[in-house]
Amino acid sequence: MDGAERAPLGSETWRRFRRHRLAVASTVILTAMLLAVAFGPLVWRVPINDIDFSAHLDGPSWTHPFGTDDLGQDLLARMLYGGRISLAVGLAAMLVAVIVGTAVGAIAGISRGSVDAALMWLTDLFLSLPPLPLLLLVIYLFREPLKQLVGPELGTFVLIVAVIGGFRWMQVARLVRAQFFSLREKEFVEAARALGMSSLRLVTRHILPNSLGPIIVAGTIDVAAAIIAESTLSFLGLGFPPDIPTWGRLLFDAKDYLDIAPHWALIAGGAIFLAVLSINFIGDGLRDALDPRSSA
Amino acid sequence: MGRYLVRRLLIAVPSLLGISLVLFTVLALAPGDPFGELASNPNVPPEVAAGLRAKFGLDDPVFLRYLHWLSAMLHGDWGFSFVSRSDVDTLIWQRLPATLLVIGSSQVLALLIALPIGVYSAMRRYSIFDQIANLWAFIGFSLPPFFTGLLFILMFSIYLDWLPFVFRSDLGATGWHWYWEEFKQAVMPVAVLALFQAASWTRYVRSSVLEVTRLDYVTTARAKGLPERRVVVKHILRNALIPVVTLVALQMPALFGGAIVTEQIFRIPGIGSLLISSILANDTPVIMAVTFVFACLVILFNLIADLIYGWLDPRIAYR
Repeated sequence: MDGAERAPLGSETWRRFRRHRLAVASTVILTAMLLAVAFGPLVWRVPINDIDFSAHLDGPSWTHPFGTDDLGQDLLARMLYGGRISLAVGLAAMLVAVIVGTAVGAIAGISRGSVDAALMWLTDLFLSLPPLPLLLLVIYLFREPLKQLVGPELGTFVLIVAVIGGFRWMQVARLVRAQFFSLREKEFVEAARALGMSSLRLVTRHILPNSLGPIIVAGTIDVAAAIIAESTLSFLGLGFPPDIPTWGRLLFDAKDYLDIAPHWALIAGGAIFLAVLSINFIGDGLRDALDPRSSA
Repeated sequence: MGRYLVRRLLIAVPSLLGISLVLFTVLALAPGDPFGELASNPNVPPEVAAGLRAKFGLDDPVFLRYLHWLSAMLHGDWGFSFVSRSDVDTLIWQRLPATLLVIGSSQVLALLIALPIGVYSAMRRYSIFDQIANLWAFIGFSLPPFFTGLLFILMFSIYLDWLPFVFRSDLGATGWHWYWEEFKQAVMPVAVLALFQAASWTRYVRSSVLEVTRLDYVTTARAKGLPERRVVVKHILRNALIPVVTLVALQMPALFGGAIVTEQIFRIPGIGSLLISSILANDTPVIMAVTFVFACLVILFNLIADLIYGWLDPRIAYR
C-alpha cells in the first residue's frame, strides 16, 4: 500500500533531481568510488603492507598505478583499503547524528513547555561548542581505555564515529523540531489525534515521514562533514593508528615528502576532496528535488 | 545600545557555564586519574599521594569538584604544564596573539572576497559569473583546510619558491623588512582559512541578497530613480547582511577547527598547535585550558556578532 502511494512522489523527486546535472554527475562519481572501495581490494590483490624499499617513493607506473610511499608500499591498495574506513566513518557518523538529532528534535517538537526549552538550550549549547578542540579532548581522554576494551581498530572506529556524530546532531534536531511545529497543527494530524492515535504512533506514522525531506538533505551534508572531520583527526595524527591507512592518515604521512613525492599527498587529498565535493553536490540536488521552496 | 550590550553579556554567562559544565563532565567521565602516574610511582609514598589528592580536592563530591575547578578556571589559575614546566596561563598568553592575528585577518579577507562575489552573483542571477561563483563556492567548502594548505605549500613554496612554509616567530629582520617577511609568512595560512570561510559566506550573501531584492522597498528605491549602485549598497546590502551575520556566527566554532589545522600545517606558534603538541605529550592541564580558551573565544566572537547585528538592525538593539 505504501509503495503505490509513494511511487508518484518518488518519480517526481527523481525528475527534479535529474535536472541538477552536477548532482547527477556526482552520484555517478560517488557510486564509482563506493564500488571501487567495496570491490577494489578483491580485484587489486596487492597487500597494503608489502614493504619494498627498491620502489620507495615512486611515482605512478604500471606496477603501482598510484605510486608508492616511503616504505615502498603500494598506494592504490592503501587508498582502496583506507577509503573503506573513511567512507564508512562518514556514513556511520551521519547515522549517529541523524538518529540523535531526530530523537531530540522529535521529543522537543511534540512536547511543549519546559522539555522543549531544555532540549533547545542543550542544542544551542552544543552549537556554540568548538567541535574540533572537543573532539580532540574526548579522543585524548577516552582513546586508551576503549582500545583496551574492544581492540585498537574497532575501539578507534567506535570512538571516532560516536564523537563526530555526537557533535553534529544539532542541525538535524533544529530542522526536525521546526518541521514538527508546523506539521502538528495540520488538519491530518489533528484528525489522527481525534481518532485517538497515541503520540508515538502519530509521530512515527504521520509527522516523521512528512518531515523526511530536510532530514535527508541534512544527513547527506553530514556525511561530507564527517568525512572531513575524520580526515582532520587522522591528519593531525590523532585518528586511526598508523597501520590503518585512512585517507587522512595517508595525507598525514605524505606531508613530510611533499617536495619529493607530491603524487602521494595529491592522490590522498584528491580522493577526500572528490568524495566531499560529490556528496555536497548530491545534497544540493536533493535539496532542489525534495524542497523546491528553499532553492533560492 | 548600552542596555543591549549588557543584555547580551548576561546571555553569554549561562552559555559559558554550560560549556564549562560540558568540559568538566568530559573530564570527570574520563576513565583514569590525572594522578594515576603519581600513585603507581613507587618513589611517591602513598600518604604524599593521598595528601596531594586531598589538596586538589579529588576525593570531594562531584559537585564541589566542579565548583573548585570552575573558580580556578575563572581566576586564571589554570595549573602547571607537566611538559614545559611553566604556568599554563603564561603559555597561553604567549601563544594567543598569533592565533587571533591569523583568525582575525582571515575573517577580514574572507569578507572582502565573499561580499563582492556574493552580491554580484545575486545581481546577475544565473549568468556565467554566477555559475562559476557557485561552482567555486562548492569547491571551496569541499576542500578541507589541511589539503588546501598542502596544495598552497606545494604551489607557492616548492614549485614557485615565493613564500616560506614554516612560520618563524624570530625573524632576523628589522623595520620595513620585518613587516614584509611577516606578511610573506602569514599570507598562506590566512589565505587557507579565508578561502574556506569565503566559500560558504559567498552562498549566504548571494541567497540573502536575492531574498531582499524581491522586497517592495527595493522596487520603490529603484522607482525613485536611484542609481543601481546606491540601491545595492545603501538599501539592499544592509538588510541582506542581517541573516548573514547570524550564519557566520553559527559557523564560528568550525572556524577554530580550521585554525587548529592551519597552525599545525604551517607550524604557527598559536594555541591550536599548542593543543596538538600537548595532546601528543599527554599534558592534561594545558589541553583543558586551551579547550576552555577556545570555547571562550567562540562566545566572545558570538558577542561581537551580536553587536554587529544590533548595529545592522536597530530594531533589535532598541527593543
